Amino acid sequence: MAEAEVKLLGTWSSPFVLRIKWALKLKGVEYDFIEEDLQNKSPLLLKYNPVHKKVPVLVHDGKSIAESYVILEYIDETWKENPILPEDPYQRAMARFWSKFGDEKFLPSMWKFFISQGEKREEALVSASENLKILEGELKGKKFFNGETLGFADISLGWIVDTVSLLEEIMELKMIDEQRYPSLSAWMKNFSDFPGIKDSFPPQERMLTKYRTLREAYFATTRGTN
Amino acid sequence: MMLSLAPPSNPSRSLATNPRTKAPFQIAKTHPISGLLLPIRSMHRELKLSSSITSEKRLPTAQAVSERVEGGTRMTRGGEDVKLLGRWASPLVMRTRTALNLKGVDYEFLEEVFGVKSELLLESNPVYKKIPVLIHEGKPVCESMIIVQYIDDVWAATPPAILPADPYDRALHRFWAHYVDDKWFPSVFASSRAQTEEARAEAVEQVFAGLKLLEEAFQKCSKGKGFFGGDTIGYLDIALGCSLGWLKATEKMTGIKFLDEAKTPLLAQWAERFCANDAVRGLMPETDKLVEFAKMLQAKFKTAAPAK
Repeated sequence: MAEAEVKLLGTWSSPFVLRIKWALKLKGVEYDFIEEDLQNKSPLLLKYNPVHKKVPVLVHDGKSIAESYVILEYIDETWKENPILPEDPYQRAMARFWSKFGDEKFLPSMWKFFISQGEKREEALVSASENLKILEGELKGKKFFNGETLGFADISLGWIVDTVSLLEEIMELKMIDEQRYPSLSAWMKNFSDFPGIKDSFPPQERMLTKYRTLREAYFATTRGTN
Repeated sequence: MMLSLAPPSNPSRSLATNPRTKAPFQIAKTHPISGLLLPIRSMHRELKLSSSITSEKRLPTAQAVSERVEGGTRMTRGGEDVKLLGRWASPLVMRTRTALNLKGVDYEFLEEVFGVKSELLLESNPVYKKIPVLIHEGKPVCESMIIVQYIDDVWAATPPAILPADPYDRALHRFWAHYVDDKWFPSVFASSRAQTEEARAEAVEQVFAGLKLLEEAFQKCSKGKGFFGGDTIGYLDIALGCSLGWLKATEKMTGIKFLDEAKTPLLAQWAERFCANDAVRGLMPETDKLVEFAKMLQAKFKTAAPAK
């Protein structure tokens, strides 16, 4: 296999960057990781993602691709080993659907719950729980969202595995318990045990500090308006 | 997306002749709900079939009315059963219809009625309860650009290809389609709905800035040809082009000419080409109808929302 020049611009904590690392690892693609400081964006980031100025950005042979799900599809189409998307068109559509659901519905509802206070917190919990039930329903009977092996939807939803337990610790509340969400709980274990995924999560202590700080800052800014 | 209101019925009009063959079109019928002419869905297939009789069939639910679009038999090229749930005003629905047209796929169009979500919609899209939903051989597919990709995947052997062959080109199409949905189209809506002058000005600026970026994207993607997809309509053409109806309606409502030949000449010319394309013609809602619809919606939201 020809060695191509691959760079990944990202941050140590971004779940969107992490999913790209997983995909590249699964495909056995070597790359240079460039840590970005989002408070002080590098000329490289501004050059390679002028529209959004965000991470992740994949640079392959000098061409840049942004938006994590766009990058995932690009990786799958460029490096054919260990396909991430299934072959069947309907299964592919399902993979894309659940990936989108995770980012556009579930993630915002989890975040909202995390930063809510008082009455709004209850509403937010109901919303996030509904989304968890939907995911549980989709998983039922399957080892992974992709079936027997890890795929596109799993990679896209993989942030749940470490982030939710992080948020649970900070909020002192168990969201994904085995009783209510047996399939999701099993999936979280299967996912984190998968070769290539296991030791890839960012350091938990550092993440706990980061999210605690974010939450405090959010509470501080909204205190006056609540 | 948004609530659908049935617009007043269209006075009859006809697409007089097929631009390719110059033969007179056989007009299917006027849609009883949208008032729009039932599109002659796929021009080249229309010529091949000896008849184009449409049949009206009542669905199990009282509210939904199905119209076979381009009829004869229910059989598609592959002999499969294809249904599409949608509404006349939705640009997202239009995307999926354009893709089906491009591939020459027969389908049954099931128009959702304003204010009521049919049982079929709730069953087939329980997560979002929104249109469009493509139901292919009984299996539902949701989210417009996911449906477009699905259509491209299923009918991959039928030209034209909707997504280009090269992975980087595909990435460009996907990236910009997401930009249209995530940033650009919302600013189009905001520019006509903004509550304050400041908010409106900001939205308007965003629309123009987006068009400038899309003009550059066109240059990059089209490689000198007529569409983002090259010689034929592609993924990004569909994503952006199907919002042209609403863009024109917004221009009318705001008095601002967004798509300006002087500012974005490539896009302005592309827009005309897109709207005139066989796969698109008959699907683009009339500007005046959309303006009326938008005004009705705004009035409805104003009366529903408490005064601040």
